[in-house]
Amino acid sequence: MSAPRPRVGRERPAGGFELYSWYFFRISGLLLIFLAITHVVIMHVINTVDEIDWNFVADRWGSPFWRAFDWLMLFLALLHGLNGARLAVDDYIRARGWRIFAHSILWSAAVIFLIIGSIAVLTFDPSAFQAASTAAGS
Amino acid sequence: MTTGTVPTQERGPATAGTRGIAAYRGYRPPVGMLSWALHRITGLGVLLFLLLHIVDIFLVGYGPETFNELLFIYRHPVFRIGEIILVAGLYYHAANGVRIILIDFWEKAYRFERQLFYGVIAVFLAGFLPTAFFMIRAMVR
Ligand code: HEM
Ligand code: HEM
Repeated sequence: MSAPRPRVGRERPAGGFELYSWYFFRISGLLLIFLAITHVVIMHVINTVDEIDWNFVADRWGSPFWRAFDWLMLFLALLHGLNGARLAVDDYIRARGWRIFAHSILWSAAVIFLIIGSIAVLTFDPSAFQAASTAAGS
Repeated sequence: MTTGTVPTQERGPATAGTRGIAAYRGYRPPVGMLSWALHRITGLGVLLFLLLHIVDIFLVGYGPETFNELLFIYRHPVFRIGEIILVAGLYYHAANGVRIILIDFWEKAYRFERQLFYGVIAVFLAGFLPTAFFMIRAMVR
């Protein structure tokens, strides 16, 4: 194995997991342009953070479309981002043991945060709180 | 799986044959280096935010009191500056991501390396300046 060149971006891997990862970065990236930027524009241009509160979210998650939108964004951004962190780990951590350790943390984080995020967006039921929120007058 | 940093197969533009990787200029310094470093930093920064963000949105499920109480964070001036930086990072990462994808799939793109980077900056500014305007306006109001 030759000495690693300074890596400035990278070439398409020859095959296996790295090739799937390479394609996944590009496809999820293109979808995330639409998802994440739309999300930020909704939060900061169409609305402002002063308008965001529990009722705002309950309202938006009343629509299955926005739930699906948020879940897809959750899935893609999380895997794209953590897979990206894996590239950085591979660049900076050379020792085999530490690398396996770091990879385990990243994949565990992927599973845990995917579960937390999915519970939030898929199981949310506003009716359990609606009475309380009108009483609070917000 | 752990060989990601050392390409197993050098891939130059199909027509470049003998020039191989040396012709693959879109990824190389000086412009390639800066754009790549920024790409990595912004990507990791947005990821860090995303992890916190998944936790804060999880609290929506605990009802209005709990969630609304937490929202002072998003409205705090320091955090609002942070949100502007976050948006800058996301927009840069998105614009530069398109540049990377272009270089990957369009054989001749490596010839326009510098122009493409200026294009990234132009697209970034065209998106970021209006967004930042709205964010700052909401902040000072
Ligand atoms: C500071 C800027 C941001 C604000 C104020 C904000 C606000 C919100 C709000 C209110 C929700 C609740 C659901 C909804 O109303 O659609 C949400 C969900 C979500 N946001 Fe953001 N967001 C911001 C930036 C981002 C960024 C940059 C990303 C992408 C990396 C992102 C990814 C997500 C995801 C994945 C969910 C769904 C979470 C879940 O399923 O548990 N957000 N955001
Ligand atoms: C907005 C649309 C986005 C596009 C077009 C995009 C595109 C890309 C591309 C093309 C790569 C290069 C992958 C490779 O070297 O093979 C990449 C890397 C990366 N992305 Fe994204 N991405 C986007 C959003 C995000 C988001 C929301 C996050 C965070 C949650 C993120 C985090 C990362 C990280 C950490 C890397 C690894 C950088 C490195 O270590 O070299 N990206 N992205």
